[in-house]
Amino acid sequence: MASRDDIKFLSNPKIGQKRKKYCRFRKFGIRHIDYKDPDFLLQFINEQGKILPRRITGNSLKYQRKVATAIKRGRHLAMLPYVTDLLK
Amino acid sequence: MRNYEVTFIVDPVLSGDEIKATAQTYIDHLKSEGCEIVYIDEMGLRQLAYPINKRTTGIYYTVEFQGETGAMINKMELAFRRDERIMRFLTVSLDKYGVKYNDDKRKGLIGKKKKAVKAEIAEVKKSAPKKAKVAPKPAPVVKEEEE
Repeated sequence: MASRDDIKFLSNPKIGQKRKKYCRFRKFGIRHIDYKDPDFLLQFINEQGKILPRRITGNSLKYQRKVATAIKRGRHLAMLPYVTDLLK
Repeated sequence: MRNYEVTFIVDPVLSGDEIKATAQTYIDHLKSEGCEIVYIDEMGLRQLAYPINKRTTGIYYTVEFQGETGAMINKMELAFRRDERIMRFLTVSLDKYGVKYNDDKRKGLIGKKKKAVKAEIAEVKKSAPKKAKVAPKPAPVVKEEEE
């Protein structure tokens, strides 16, 4: 019969695990964030065009500030919307 | 020397020559102030994310330049504000990373790099669940054999 050791493998132990978040700027060595590149900045805003928090993107504080500045500059230049719906 | 970058949107209703002339006046203005023009990027007609002055498209220009002081920027921005042909403008000072980024972009490194990074991210995303799936798989097989 199934002992405790067998039962351990009946469910995948990795299923419930969260993937570790990381700062992509630090990981890939991106030092400058271009405000003229809306496709890239689209990764950091939600459907309504709001800036996503660090809690979700995993950016380090330094780069989150730079991302926020770049998005705001992009908005001023009409590359990104200030308010929308169904952006993605 | 300080590095600056100015991006401005020209009204698309103007004819092609007028648009070029508009951009050229500002470039000449900068040159006359003793600035060194590093690069002029004509991004061309782009869809605006929201209407400005009842226009839905605009012609984007980016001029990267070097100047000793920031004194000419005030003059240039005043001219932009008075000019009805300019819909929007933004002047930004560039740090060393910004200068390097623009340099790399001109050489065509950035686009590829970004694609590579995106590919890497995609690979990581793909490989991560695969590993998760692959790793526990041998275990049950072994178990079955044991049983």
